[in-house]
Amino acid sequence: MEWISYLNPLMQGAWVTIELTIYSTILGALFSFAFGIGKLSKNPLISAVSIGYIEIFRGTSLLVQLFWLYFALPLVGQAIGIDLRLPPVIAGVLALSLNIGAYGAEVVRGAIQAVNKDQYEAAKALNFTPRQALFRVALPQAIPEMMPPFGNLAIQNLKDTALVSLISLGDLAFRAEQLRNFTQDSTTIYTLVLFMYFGMALVLTALMKLLERFVGRWRAAAR
Amino acid sequence: MSESIIKFDKVVKRFGSLTVIDELDFEVKRGEKVTIIGPSGSGKSTVLRILMTLESISDGVVWIGDEPLWHEQKNGSMVPASEAHLRKMRGQLGMVFQQFNLFPHMTVLRNITEAPVRVGKLSKAEAKDRAEELLQMVGLSDQANKYPHQLSGGQQQRVGIARALAMRPKIMLFDEPTSALDPELVGEVLNVIGQLAEEHDLTMLLVTHEMRFAREVSDRVCFFDRGKIKEEAAPDELFTNPKEERTREFLKAVLEEK
Repeated sequence: MEWISYLNPLMQGAWVTIELTIYSTILGALFSFAFGIGKLSKNPLISAVSIGYIEIFRGTSLLVQLFWLYFALPLVGQAIGIDLRLPPVIAGVLALSLNIGAYGAEVVRGAIQAVNKDQYEAAKALNFTPRQALFRVALPQAIPEMMPPFGNLAIQNLKDTALVSLISLGDLAFRAEQLRNFTQDSTTIYTLVLFMYFGMALVLTALMKLLERFVGRWRAAAR
Repeated sequence: MSESIIKFDKVVKRFGSLTVIDELDFEVKRGEKVTIIGPSGSGKSTVLRILMTLESISDGVVWIGDEPLWHEQKNGSMVPASEAHLRKMRGQLGMVFQQFNLFPHMTVLRNITEAPVRVGKLSKAEAKDRAEELLQMVGLSDQANKYPHQLSGGQQQRVGIARALAMRPKIMLFDEPTSALDPELVGEVLNVIGQLAEEHDLTMLLVTHEMRFAREVSDRVCFFDRGKIKEEAAPDELFTNPKEERTREFLKAVLEEK
């Protein structure tokens, strides 16, 4: 049974993949809310920065973003005399979360804009500040709407982590490549890896479903 | 009792090239219950929306008590109101919406306590006491922990009334409060409004199509047509003996439809 001996190194890689997914999804969610809300800001500077961020990170390749942060940024730093060398984990998490955050920001913006204008009028009539109307009235209604697209983005993010193997991070894809170079047993290794990614995706989907039910529990009660 | 709490002075509201409110002069006295009737598009809801600061004005001045609503007086001249001024003025008004506009993610109790706690700076306990009192008044004490969608339309609208009252406004605005309700639920909402009119010295402004109710509850009825008051009178007078041809046509049309 050759394949059992592959499991240990692959599991080590899978754990790195899981960590990368968790960190970058959480950080990505923060970017999503910050820039999604930022895009709707009445302050032209904040909305311009948000639009710029979203368009740049949606409009360029994740691989290039990753290489830029890992290989190009330190050189830029050198030129201006600051040490901008990032450890691979930081560069990887940052690239993944900035990329997924740009897509997530559009989800956040869309869900907030989809909240009925009646709700803002009711909030205004009760003399809520615009900030209170956003955080107390609009967001709690918008967040459950964001969950299905957020679920897609989280899965997307899990799969995108495979790219970080290219900056020498020991994730699942990296370990698989190492093993393959060593054993030449491509079929077994890549089949195992396929199932492992799929298994992780299933768990992630289930977690997102739970989260969706949690943030929308008032809707369940309504039925 | 005789001083006016609301005064529209040549108020104009335009949406693009459409004039919805046309040089309107309109006054409501403190404690007065005034009903506004009229065909759709006559600007009657817009009057309430201007008062609730949901709609700005194009020209003229709206007074609430002795202060302008949409302006501030600075060095003797009128300048457009700041957000701070609007916030201060808004606190005197409460509004009940046609579609209730309850917050679907909050229980009935939180719908009522949220604004007093966040805006009115009441403690949670004080807000809860106030909410329970109001729920009792509208007959929904046993529904406090339900979500709006678990209630009937009539119950939701009664929560809407309690929610607006929780901020202790001086002026209550009712924008077609029963128009979205099934006919058999209209009565329970009108009863609450009627009781409110009878027992409190609130100033009330009501836009409605319920003519019989308007007659019972109001001190004065205003018939709106094309952004102006075409005719206003005590309800018995206006309903039995309208002077204007346009008023007669309108009343004939709505009463026949019933």
